[in-house]
Amino acid sequence: MSNKKENMKLQKICDIVEGTFINEFQYSPEYSKADYTKAFASDLMSDVLRFSMENTVLITGLSTIQTVRTAVISNLTCLIIARDKRVTDDMINLATESRISIISTKASVYEISGLLYKNGLKPVY
Amino acid sequence: MKMQYFIQGGDFSAGGRASTEVKSTIKQFNIPPDKVRRIAVALYEAEMNVVAHAYRGTMNVDLRPDFIRVVFEDEGPGIEDIEKAMEEGFSTASDKVRQMGFGAGMGLPNIKKNCDEMILSSIPGKGTRLEIKVVF
Repeated sequence: MSNKKENMKLQKICDIVEGTFINEFQYSPEYSKADYTKAFASDLMSDVLRFSMENTVLITGLSTIQTVRTAVISNLTCLIIARDKRVTDDMINLATESRISIISTKASVYEISGLLYKNGLKPVY
Repeated sequence: MKMQYFIQGGDFSAGGRASTEVKSTIKQFNIPPDKVRRIAVALYEAEMNVVAHAYRGTMNVDLRPDFIRVVFEDEGPGIEDIEKAMEEGFSTASDKVRQMGFGAGMGLPNIKKNCDEMILSSIPGKGTRLEIKVVF
């Protein structure tokens, strides 16, 4: 178990979960500036909407347009989609337009959570 | 400033579009970011409620220098028992709604938590009216 608090860049998060960026947002200037300190894992969007999500990464197995809309509403800028779920074009378009990075990985929600926790991202709740 | 949006019941891919538009509009004004987030969350939950439960509805936004008031009016089955609907965890949502990450009975409690005033009324078999206000 780790007690250290980490400020993490997107590339590092992507490497840790062995993911791939699936929109082009990583080339924008905001990409290298964004720092993440916390993570939240949920498939229930109402649960995501309950908390302040600043500097937070959302880990989810729910890959729908509403996942991206929830991110827009709650100021999330990084989504990790678990178990290689299909990400549709309308999700990619809305994410890119809203400056949200989507990382896709083979890992499960459980594995992603464990990896990021071990590397110092703190829970939101 | 006034804005009006139409919400189509059952259209899950468009659900949330109006709220995101309102969010980006109010972001341009001098409103504290936390208030913007709270307003956006309340509107989004309310919009998804119309999409999930009603046939069609409208969202009327009235933005003033010191507050925002938003009225949702829909035609739909209405709410039989408002007190029960306000309970966390109570839901009548369909599987389709749940597949979209909603329908866990947290929408109305979430709306209440994020606004300063909330007036909910309904005529079963006709529709529902929800008025929310956030003071800046």
